Amino acid sequence: MRPIAVHTQRIATTVLWTLAGLTIGVLLFIIGFVLVRGLPHITLEFLTAAPRSMGREGGVFPIIVGTICVAGLAILIAGPVGVLTAIYLTEYTRPSRLTAVIRFGADCLAGIPSIIFGLFGFVFFVIRLGMGPSILAGALTLSLMVLPTIIRTSEEAIRAVPLSYRDVSYGLGSTRWQMVMRVVIRSALPGIGTGIILSLGRSISETAAVMLTAGSALNLPRSAYDSVRTLALHFYILSREGISMEKAYATAAVLVLSILGINLLAYWIMRRFIARVT
Amino acid sequence: MLVAFSAVSALALITAFIFRAGLPIMMKVGLGDFIFSNEWRPTDASPSFGIFPMIMGSLAVTAGAMVIGVSLGLACAIVLTQFCHPRAVSVLKPAIELLAGIPSVVFGFIGVVILVPLIRQYLGGWGLSVLAASLVLGIMMLPTVTSITVDALQAVPRSYGDGSIALGATKWQTTHMVLLKAAGSGIMAAVILGMGRAIGETMAVIMVIGNWLDVPHSILDPARTLTSNIALEMGYSAGEHRQALFATGVVLFVIIMAVNTAALAFSRHHLRKAGMR
Repeated sequence: MRPIAVHTQRIATTVLWTLAGLTIGVLLFIIGFVLVRGLPHITLEFLTAAPRSMGREGGVFPIIVGTICVAGLAILIAGPVGVLTAIYLTEYTRPSRLTAVIRFGADCLAGIPSIIFGLFGFVFFVIRLGMGPSILAGALTLSLMVLPTIIRTSEEAIRAVPLSYRDVSYGLGSTRWQMVMRVVIRSALPGIGTGIILSLGRSISETAAVMLTAGSALNLPRSAYDSVRTLALHFYILSREGISMEKAYATAAVLVLSILGINLLAYWIMRRFIARVT
Repeated sequence: MLVAFSAVSALALITAFIFRAGLPIMMKVGLGDFIFSNEWRPTDASPSFGIFPMIMGSLAVTAGAMVIGVSLGLACAIVLTQFCHPRAVSVLKPAIELLAGIPSVVFGFIGVVILVPLIRQYLGGWGLSVLAASLVLGIMMLPTVTSITVDALQAVPRSYGDGSIALGATKWQTTHMVLLKAAGSGIMAAVILGMGRAIGETMAVIMVIGNWLDVPHSILDPARTLTSNIALEMGYSAGEHRQALFATGVVLFVIIMAVNTAALAFSRHHLRKAGMR
């Protein structure tokens, strides 16, 4: 019995390591492939010029601006709402049927696919509220999409603040609101920041929802009611319609680098946060 | 603190608007015909709206993605928690999670450029196929499955594993007889959440599945999913066609809600079990 068990263990370990190695290999390959093909085509001109002939020539400057506008505005909307919801859930209520409903709502919202958000944004913001395909409609749609992530991460960060901080703050005579703003939020800030930065990454990489709500105009936007094209959508259009493989690879490389940068930043902040709490 | 209801009211608004936009055409065509008819000819003079091929496409692709994503994801999670130096874990787990941020269009693109030609050359067919979509989606859902499974395995009390080792079991016996069983409902939640991601994914699927309007008969056949149907045709649709796309959204929405409710139930069960110890 014993030798067989040892044998099985050896086989199982080998198989598991192979599968795990394969996974990590594939994921590294994907990033490497995009960067190797794309980096050589990224020039200063590519980053600062406007696209010409549907993106076959020129650069992606208006598209970068469009991406920043849509994703940035989405975070500006979802950030405060999400953090306030988290504060309400953790500091102002006891667990009850009410908080269960709010949490259930957030969990369900988190599972809805982006194309459904896109459909909703299209019928509600674009048509019903008459915004047309625009930065505003795209940002509002994305803000709903990232809201659950922000609520969840902020909630966890706020819960991680030791109870003693709150007690001391009360002991010094502060009101609940002062306690929340000056003590709890300040200690939980890096955790909240991580959630917000991760959401920014998600907003930048989203394609389906943006396609239906922000349009695909190639011009530099002048107001929040202008239609813009984001990097992810531009990449999709370039590669799918076979406009220019070279520009598609370069766009993909810009996209992947910015997302990796954003996620690494979030991870770094998180590490510092954990180091401080423990 | 009205803000706190933002998520709930958003959910209610989304449900209301999607159903209002999609239900009329479903009623007109008839629920049975809409779901079970093979004919999707939305722009004909006498249009017909049947999404059965898309439902089958979504199911086939999701099933394929589960086979790949779950086996690789579980393997990664087990290696990370059981057979790996803690320092390696602290690098590998965040690395896998970072990859969750790669845009789905990039995954789809790699699928088109590398995977599709390989399938065409070695397995035959058109290349753009259920198989290609399953592989791409399986890899895309890996980070979700891995990271939630790792959390579930780490939540199993140390004493369980130690007890098993002390009884003379090997590490592998301990892993698959004790730990996987103890973390079972957590792993189930991970699998179902991964499944939800696979059903709902849009852009990557559009790029590799071929968007054919027939029920797929083999994994090398092209197909079309519910999500790609919406994204492909929304741009030029109008009138009843547009309503039918919203109705496709309604069907997708109902499927996803069922899947997610199941995942929530499993993860609650897991938490309760963990809390009792």
